This record gives sequence, C-alpha cells and structure tokens, in this order.
Amino acid sequence: MAEALKVPTMAEYMAESKKPEVLFWVGCAGSFDDRAKKITKAFVKLLHNAGVDFAVLGTEESCTGDPAKRAGNEFLFQMQAATNIEVLNGYEIKKIVTACPHCFNTIKNEYPALGGNYEVVHHTQFLKSLLEEGRLKVEGGKFKGKRITFHDPCYLGRGNGEYEAPRDLLRKLEVELIEMRKCKSEGLCCGAGGGQMFKEPEPGNKDVNIERTEQALEVEPEVIAAGCPFCNTMMTDGVKSKNQEDDIAVMDVAELIASAEDL
Amino acid sequence: MQIISQILFLLALVAGIWFFTRNVKRLIRNIKLGKEIDRSDRSGERWAKMSRIALGQSKMVKRPIAGILHVIVYVGFIIINIEVLEIIIDGLFGTHRILSFMGGFYNFLIGSFEILALLVLIGVIIFWTRRNISNIYRFLSRELKGWPKNDANYILYFEMVLMLLFLVMNATDYQLQLNGAAHYSQEAGIVGAFPVSQFLLPIFDGMSNATLIIIERAAWWLHILGILIFLNYLYYSKHLHILLAFPNVYYSKLQPKGEMDNLEAVTKEVKLMMDPDADPFAAPAEEDADAEPEKFGASDVMDLNRVQLLNAYTCTECGRCTSECPANLTGKKLSPRKIMMDTRDRVEEIGEIINKNGKFEDDGKQLLDDYILREELWACTTCNACVEACPIGIDPLSIILDMRRYLVMEQSAAPNELGISMTNIENNGAPWPYNQQDRLNWVNEN
Repeated sequence: MAEALKVPTMAEYMAESKKPEVLFWVGCAGSFDDRAKKITKAFVKLLHNAGVDFAVLGTEESCTGDPAKRAGNEFLFQMQAATNIEVLNGYEIKKIVTACPHCFNTIKNEYPALGGNYEVVHHTQFLKSLLEEGRLKVEGGKFKGKRITFHDPCYLGRGNGEYEAPRDLLRKLEVELIEMRKCKSEGLCCGAGGGQMFKEPEPGNKDVNIERTEQALEVEPEVIAAGCPFCNTMMTDGVKSKNQEDDIAVMDVAELIASAEDL
Repeated sequence: MQIISQILFLLALVAGIWFFTRNVKRLIRNIKLGKEIDRSDRSGERWAKMSRIALGQSKMVKRPIAGILHVIVYVGFIIINIEVLEIIIDGLFGTHRILSFMGGFYNFLIGSFEILALLVLIGVIIFWTRRNISNIYRFLSRELKGWPKNDANYILYFEMVLMLLFLVMNATDYQLQLNGAAHYSQEAGIVGAFPVSQFLLPIFDGMSNATLIIIERAAWWLHILGILIFLNYLYYSKHLHILLAFPNVYYSKLQPKGEMDNLEAVTKEVKLMMDPDADPFAAPAEEDADAEPEKFGASDVMDLNRVQLLNAYTCTECGRCTSECPANLTGKKLSPRKIMMDTRDRVEEIGEIINKNGKFEDDGKQLLDDYILREELWACTTCNACVEACPIGIDPLSIILDMRRYLVMEQSAAPNELGISMTNIENNGAPWPYNQQDRLNWVNEN
C-alpha cells in the first residue's frame, strides 16, 4: 500500500496557530461515496504534488444544504448554512476549493447573503491556476491522443459560467478533446441535480442519465471526463447500463491528471 | 363624404386606443397581484442586457433558422409601423400621403417598407409551415393543443393579411397615380416607390378608377383597422411578448443562474433559533400578534413575485425551454413552458374574477394541483437549461422552486426518499445516513 495520505484538519492547524493557503471543502459525496472518495484522494495528491498548504474541516464539515434548498426545504438549507458559516468564520477562512459544483455554487453564491464571504473556486479552476503559476506540471502522459469528452456539470457551467477551466486542463493532457452535440451552455444535465440524486425519477420513458450517456456515446469517447461527483455516478451508471464499462471510463478531471502523472 | 370618413377614423382610433389602455391597466393590475420584488439595482447592466437580448435578439439567433426568420419579421414589423404614422395623419386630416414632401427619402422609405413586407410575408408563411406541417418537437406538446395552437396561427394569419393589404393598397395607389386620378396624383409626379407592389398591377389591369379607389380605400381601411384590432388582441394572446419582452429582460435575474434567492422570512427564524440570547417563551411582539404568519413558498399566483407574473405574460410559448428540459426530453410530465402558461392562465382567471366582482373572491382553485401537478414539480433537476434557452429571460425554474418550497415547508409533502435524505442532513449533516464523525475516514481507507 502506498503511504498514508496526509490530510491536516483546520482543528490541527488552529492548535499550531497556523493558517492554510486554502480550505479544501470535501463535501458529502467526496467524504462518503466510494466512487467520489477516489476523486477526493486524487485531488489531495495533486495538492501535495503542487505543494499547496491546505486543510480540511473533517468532522466539522456538514452538508452545505444544497439538496435541501433545491428540494424546497429552505429552512433546512439555512440551518445548514448558518452552522457551516459559523465554523468557517470561526477559522477565519478566506479561500475555499471544492471538487463538488453543488458545494461550490452554494458557498460561493448563497452563503454571502447569510454572512459567509469567501473566495470559492472549483477544483478545476484551482488546478488551472496552479498550472499557470507553474506549481503543477501537467503533461500528456498516458492520456495523450485519447478521445475524451467533457460532460459539463450544470452548477459549474450554466450555473456559474465556467466552461473552460476543465477543458484547458484536458488540453494540457494533450488528449483529443471532443465535444458532445449538447455541450457548454447547452449541455444536458446528468439527471442528479435538484435533489433527484436522492429520489426515484418521475414516470417517463427514459432516465436522464441514459439520455446523456447516449449523447456521450455518439462521439465514441475512450473516457468521459466529469467535474462533479454526482455527474460521475450518473454517467458511470449510464455507461454500465449500455454494457460499455470495459471500454469507456468515467473519470474526474482531477483523477485524469493524477493518473497521467502516476501519482 | 370626406369629413364622415375622417370622423369614423377618429372614432376607430379613439376606440382602439381606449381598449388598449384598459387592457394595459388590467395587465398591470394583474401583475401587481404578485409580491413586490426589488430589481432596481444595477440599472446600467439591465439596460445593456435589454439592448442585447430584447432589442438585439442575441439569443434568438442561437437557433439560426427560427432566429433569422424572427429577426426579419421583427425588423419588418417595427420599420413598417413607421408607415402607420402617415396613415394616422392621413386618416385624421383627409390628406393623402402627407409625408411625400420628403421626396426621394419618402420613396426610399416606401420602397423599403414594401421589400420588408414581402420578407415578413415569406417569413410568416415559413413559420406557419414549421408550426403546422413540419414535425418540430416543441410544437407538438400536449400544452399546445386547442387555444394556444389557434392563437399562434391567428397571429400568423393576421400578419399575412396585414402585409397583403399593405401591398394591395400601394399597388392600387400606384395605378391610380399612373392614371392621374384626382386626390392620388401629385404635382411632383409619382410619389413612393413600389418595388414589390408594381408586380401586382396586372391584377388590376383594365379596372376603372372608381373600382381602383374602392379597392385602395378598402385595403387602407382594413389595414389600419386590422392594426388596431391586432393591438387589442395582444392582451388575450401570447403575442404580448412584442411589448413585454423589453421590461421582462430588463427585470430578469442578473446573478449567476446557479444562485437561488434565500428566503428572508426563513433567515429571520433561523437567526432567532441560533441566538443564545433569544427568549424561547417570549410572547410575539404586540403589532405582530394579529398578523398572519408569512406563507413559505407558493401555492397560487399571489405567492409569486411580480417578475414571475411578468414572465408568465411575456412567454410566447416558443417551447425552446421545453425542448432543452432533461425531464421533458425523457418523457416526464414537466414542461417549463407549461409552467409559464399555467401561471398566466391562473392570473387571468383571477383577473376575470376581479373584473366581475371588483375584488378577488376565493374560487376554490389554486395554481398548485388545479394547474401545475406535483409530479411536474418533482421532475425538475434545477439544471437551468430552460432559463438558458429562453430568448427573453424567463425563469420557469424560480416558479418550480417556490412551489416546491410550499410543498415541503407548508405541507411536508416531499417525495418519501427525498424526505429521508433531508432527515439525514438534519441528523448527521449528509444526505446519506453516515455518521458525521466518520467524515474523515476516507483518509485512511484504501
């Protein structure tokens, strides 16, 4: 087994009266979902590789309230927000990075009016800035020339207008970046948002993730790249239902970079 | 004789404007049934957005065929209406082509109107075929059956007839000028340029001046009466977008699409709950004692805000939203367009009650269940594809969210599994039943 990951918590930093450069907001999926935990670890390896001084909240982190808010439970959302803001402000957090576009959107856009003002970036934006600062080196590696398509997460793309950061990273990997028929501002949802992840779909003739997977399969990719743990789950399920899981991998952009670098 | 027609014209004009004013007043009254919302901020940005999206049609052309045709009809409609100014002056004062003193420029204008009229006619005919003959997904939805489909076609027929009348009026006028008929021929020679209607002349070949005058007058009258009727048809039609698209874009949300408003009433309660100094047994403040507690979310149109109701009146039912909706594309009942149409239908229903009784009296109906089904609301992924697709800044998602808020916070009526995940968030800070103390376990797992 590789050596254990070093993941300092804010509580430990506080005890040493240190402040990290950035807080890594792991999110519920990143903490508990088996597939998403791999993304979390890949991202942590990249942070170490780039020499980023980061910390996590660990057991002091709690759901941002995003699924509750979008399901209509504004009360629960604001309770979660108030609790999280208290913790974040207590640690005097200035900058937050997260690998979940839902956490990203909620903390960035909906916490300020409730007293939580931070600079919030999505992990693809953060990795891109590390790259530009020369702290992270990304070169072709094993994905060079592979056909890869990027599935835009709604809350990163349409929700916050960020379409290029993940694509810039993929280009750095020298992959053959191919776009689906529906991409960027017109990208089709994976079907998980708005609380759908946690409920059965309404009656219809197809599941949304199958529709989106079919759009991805149209461009015959070797890898479907994602930037959201929920999209990742939905697309992975879609690929499995098409019996293509041996030929097509669904991977987060952070995983692609980490694995290209053999981290 | 002349004076009678001038008086008739004045009466028609006054009646048309009177009805239009009454309709606009009702429209404003109905929109004001909604809650106030402050969108007076960032006016510079709002003007810019309105110029770009409403005036400049920047989002229309994202779908090039419909977009370009729409730009033609839009530009044609606006520019040809300059001619209405002359028609009104002529009608009131019994003059003929009063603006022809402008000479060459006048000819240029009339010539341009004719070319635009032809383009509009072609555009409208293509629109009609797309709607009635081509199998276009967004024109085949359930919610378009009946009145909405007829409404769309009536608008197209109206425009076809108006353009034809305009060209017939010009053609006969041109022929009368060529014939040197009194009142039509001018000292300056032929006034106006007729690049399109000149090709209609063979139709009128051999007709006497008297017949030509009857046709010309009939076309002139029907054209202007048609415009006045069309103006008053707007209030009853999806065609209101030609006016409302502008304020609608102006008042649309400027924040990132992913951002959804925080309910202030909830913020107050949460603050109170989290305040260690708050007295849990305190009696409500004196003035609040009789006040009705604020309702969370929306079950009827009065619970929505004014921008949302303006959205509903502005919707022209093009269905771009629905054709991008992941739920709709996979056969679910949700159609963002239907959300907007239902909202408008309900506002209008309430408006009718107010027209009859002077005030709203409960009719035992509401937007939720009687119009919009829970099944539709719960199918939304909040992906914002509908908001992005709308060419004029309508936000169906905000209505869906407000209605979900009512279902969850007033009725505790979330779908069961969703309710469980919310309980999990409440108990252990994650939508799944994992202990918060295990949140960092991933570090040491393989």
